[in-house]
Amino acid sequence: MSGISEIYIDKLIAIIDYKAGNLKSVERALKKLGFSCCITHNNEEILNSQRIIFPGVGAAGQAIADLRHLGLDKALKQGFENGKPILGICLGAQIILDKSEENSARCLGLISGEVKLFPSPLFPEENERFKIPHMGWNSVHLVKGHPVLEGIKPADEFYFVHSYYPVPASDKCLIGTTGYGIEFPSIIGCKNLIAMQFHPEKSGIPGLKILKNFCMWNGHYVE
Amino acid sequence: MLSKRIIPCLDVRDGKTTKGIKFKENVDIGVPVEMARFYYEEGADEIVFYDITASSEQREIMIDVVRRVAEEIFIPFCVGGGIRTVEDMRAVLLAGAEKVSVNTAAVNDPEIISEGAKVFGSQCIVLGMDVKKVAYTERTPSGYEIVTHGGRTYTGIDALAWAQRAEDLGAGEICLNSIDADGAQQGYETALTSLISENVNIPVIASGGAGNINHIYDVLKYAKADAALIASIIHYETYTIRQIKDELNSRGIKVRNTW
Repeated sequence: MSGISEIYIDKLIAIIDYKAGNLKSVERALKKLGFSCCITHNNEEILNSQRIIFPGVGAAGQAIADLRHLGLDKALKQGFENGKPILGICLGAQIILDKSEENSARCLGLISGEVKLFPSPLFPEENERFKIPHMGWNSVHLVKGHPVLEGIKPADEFYFVHSYYPVPASDKCLIGTTGYGIEFPSIIGCKNLIAMQFHPEKSGIPGLKILKNFCMWNGHYVE
Repeated sequence: MLSKRIIPCLDVRDGKTTKGIKFKENVDIGVPVEMARFYYEEGADEIVFYDITASSEQREIMIDVVRRVAEEIFIPFCVGGGIRTVEDMRAVLLAGAEKVSVNTAAVNDPEIISEGAKVFGSQCIVLGMDVKKVAYTERTPSGYEIVTHGGRTYTGIDALAWAQRAEDLGAGEICLNSIDADGAQQGYETALTSLISENVNIPVIASGGAGNINHIYDVLKYAKADAALIASIIHYETYTIRQIKDELNSRGIKVRNTW
């Protein structure tokens, strides 16, 4: 269990609130797991927290604009540089890259790379059409291990809803991939940051396991 | 590869579920939260609640149900029935539902789809369609018509045209209910399901008619439904969700089978 330590169980989990999506579902899942957290857009609170969850549903352009308007882009960057464990979810796994094809948005650049739209139409396979958004349960092929993914099995499935997907520039940041017409990066990470395209808070027991692992992760990860 | 979804549907009236008389001994019959938790643990991929409460004064009871369900289950769930305005949507989503479904309200005012999608995102907005087979006419070239009030009112709207319009307006998913097949347990209306599913680019949930696992297999395999809504066959314990999924998997339909 490298990287996971009991002493890092804490109460100071900041869920970043930038008006994008259902933050309460993340909060409820953490509560169920016995962790307390705060939903906040207060920079000071975020900087004083011990770990950060960066969720998000919606469009990249609007999300980035709202983040910048609230000054949260700086808080996130600083948290990342300070080595704080950070978890990005869904849109939060996309706008940590340099740019997005969605609204041609310039993003945060915590990880180098870009966000792409699924090609349309996705090539039919045995008469099966791939609809966009990619909505529903799918599995993740783990390219490498990570403390936050401890105990996750190949057959476990997770709930996805998205039309765009993250593509890190370096394979070093690629942690897991998912097949949907193409094989796309579904978990990416670098140092103290891990981000997933699916919703762990809506993915049953395996999803809760990931959230619990994250809440106990000290942020150390050797690539 | 994306799994096909198996979605139990619970009808709720005045805060109580209306089906499930032979429900497991350890489950409190008629309590939506208990039933939702049971199906969550049994491997449901999503749950749909239909509020069939007659009076709008009782809406607060449903919101409370949604709130309590959200604390117990960690898969997406959708709430339909009685959603008439963007404010109704907001109340349900804030209480913890992942999706809301609109049906009659969208027929009366299609803009509710685009308004909802704009405020909450398309992924939240499900269009519920109640459909009956009719003659092929100029008004209904697909041979299927949208009906309301449990099938008593014909709207004159062609089902396929309505599905495509809803997609354009920003619906993220369609829950397609055949009034002809509903409750008969003789199988889904597969011709209707494939017609709609193959002509929109959003997921289609087939609803109405499931009586055995073959029916579910057929609608997922041949009618290209992305998900199957089931009610009586699990409420009355004809099958468990595990049995349904195991058989589908063994017959080559990919469904989530660990949880």
